[in-house]
Amino acid sequence: MAAVRTSSEIGFNRAAIVAVLVVTIIFLAPIYWIASTAFKPRNLATTIPPTVVFQPEISPFVKLFAKRSQLRSPPTPEEYAAAPWWERVVFNGGEKIVRDGKGEVQWSGYPSRFMNSLIVAITSTVLAVGMGTFTAYGFSRFRVKGEADLLFFILSTRMLPPVVVAIPMFLMYRAVGLNDSHLGLIILYTAFNLSFSVWLMKGFMDEIPKEYEEAALVDGYTRMEAFFKIVLPEAATGIAATAVFCFITAWNEYAFALIMTSRRAQTAPPFIPSQVGSGLPDWTVIAAGTFLFLLPVAIFTFLLRNHLLRGMSFGAIRK
Amino acid sequence: MATTMITTLDRSSRAAARGLSDISIRNLFIIPTILFLIVFNIFPLIYSLGYSFTDFRASTNAPANFIGLQNYRDLLNDPYVWSNFAITAKYVIISVAGQLLVGFGVAMLLNRDIPLKGLLTTLLLLPMMLSMAVVGLFWKLLYDPSFGIINYALGLGTFEWLSDPNMALYAVALTDIWMWSPFVMLLSLAGLSAVPKHLYEAAAIDRAGPFYTFFRITLPLVAPILMIAVIFRTMEAFKTFDLAYILTSQPTAELISIRLYKMAFQEWQTGRSCAMAYIVLIMVLAITNIYVKYLNKVKER
Repeated sequence: MAAVRTSSEIGFNRAAIVAVLVVTIIFLAPIYWIASTAFKPRNLATTIPPTVVFQPEISPFVKLFAKRSQLRSPPTPEEYAAAPWWERVVFNGGEKIVRDGKGEVQWSGYPSRFMNSLIVAITSTVLAVGMGTFTAYGFSRFRVKGEADLLFFILSTRMLPPVVVAIPMFLMYRAVGLNDSHLGLIILYTAFNLSFSVWLMKGFMDEIPKEYEEAALVDGYTRMEAFFKIVLPEAATGIAATAVFCFITAWNEYAFALIMTSRRAQTAPPFIPSQVGSGLPDWTVIAAGTFLFLLPVAIFTFLLRNHLLRGMSFGAIRK
Repeated sequence: MATTMITTLDRSSRAAARGLSDISIRNLFIIPTILFLIVFNIFPLIYSLGYSFTDFRASTNAPANFIGLQNYRDLLNDPYVWSNFAITAKYVIISVAGQLLVGFGVAMLLNRDIPLKGLLTTLLLLPMMLSMAVVGLFWKLLYDPSFGIINYALGLGTFEWLSDPNMALYAVALTDIWMWSPFVMLLSLAGLSAVPKHLYEAAAIDRAGPFYTFFRITLPLVAPILMIAVIFRTMEAFKTFDLAYILTSQPTAELISIRLYKMAFQEWQTGRSCAMAYIVLIMVLAITNIYVKYLNKVKER
């Protein structure tokens, strides 16, 4: 049936398109503001009216990575001329880069927190997706007594508020010395993501036809061989999508990291807000740190776009 | 024919004899996960159940004294705690209702042929993927009374968002609406695209108005999926910690998770906070139970 469109319908359609564009701009404005502040000179970060057009600078990123201190007196022209470009941009802001006795540049707290985030997120993702894939296959292919109850139990562990779990975990970790350690956070994030990964992977496993393995079994494969050689390659897309979701969750997690780590194993989410002290914060540096931290997730969101619905609904809605 | 059959059967039974039985594979695949979750999720809860009957403080070396149900009695008689629950309820209602309106509204707008629809949808989904704590922090700058872009864009002068006790909770909810409306939008889009086209065509033939079409066709068919979104967001909003903790320290925006955090890790009332954690836990399990029951009902259709 060919729909005949009246002019008012076409007008309504145009209005809807304009509205969508306006909404998109409003929704992206905060993210744009983070990205643009990360490239502003400090004096333009907090102006009235807000600065929209400016000469982008790299100095916030230099300041993000190097330890700095206030300059008591401006550098002499010789000092300034001898300094590399990245030191000059810090001089221009009235600060200097801290060096140790041997003249080595000192790092700020950021790079190590970023590394901690990477270590914890990647390791816990590998563990959660690895275990989750096996478990999902078990639930998908074999009869399990009380399957619905077990799956509910698995899901409910994920629904617990982090602070509720963190109180006893904090006491237990303190007793065994796991506070402020990578391993401690990795265990927590693995447990947290495991339930998610089981639920999501079960959906993907259910979609792989049983006949594939049955044919392989008839051909003389053992169940294990069939799982590794037939099922896993078929599940690759699902595994990748699940892994990206787990990575993002671990990468973004705040409450456990705040409670369980303080310095050595601290990840970026509790560290970045801790830079906003009582004085006037340098928002360009915070924006630079935020920008680098959000970048991987933004990229992953684009890669995941076709799986977002499924992942965000725990595999409940598949389209 | 018969010979091939026999050799096939023979090959597969030999393979079965060589490998592990299905039952042992099933156990090998499932039991470690269950054990892991019991050790790291359930055991800690049992541990804290024990502490919830004591006056234990993790900041001192004093031994824990058994005080029975005293903690629970005190908490349930504490008007302060009740106000935290009331604040949380208010927050959940505002933020979930806001997300539902914005998310479903944008989905209705997007549910048509639009150039670059895929790209626009993905861009709109970006906020919910980002770290609440880190992005929340940046909203502090956006809300700043003197140089925040929100006041500038809306022409509000030096309106206090986060430091006004009456406004703080709404400001946190507004940020939450920004972050999570995309979630409702994503689910709504799936629901809307599943509405059969012929229903709309039939309605058009009957000259049904847009309101009739919306309330009699669109809404009833999308309702189950919207319900999933609402329960899911309710559960998450009830647990909110990061965003409110980062954005404001106003007592009027002290959600139950924040109260719990302060009780446990700032006041070090470990025993009492364990009791409080249990009260919260029971509420979350109740919502989860409703959610899962509902999910199963929807799946059966």
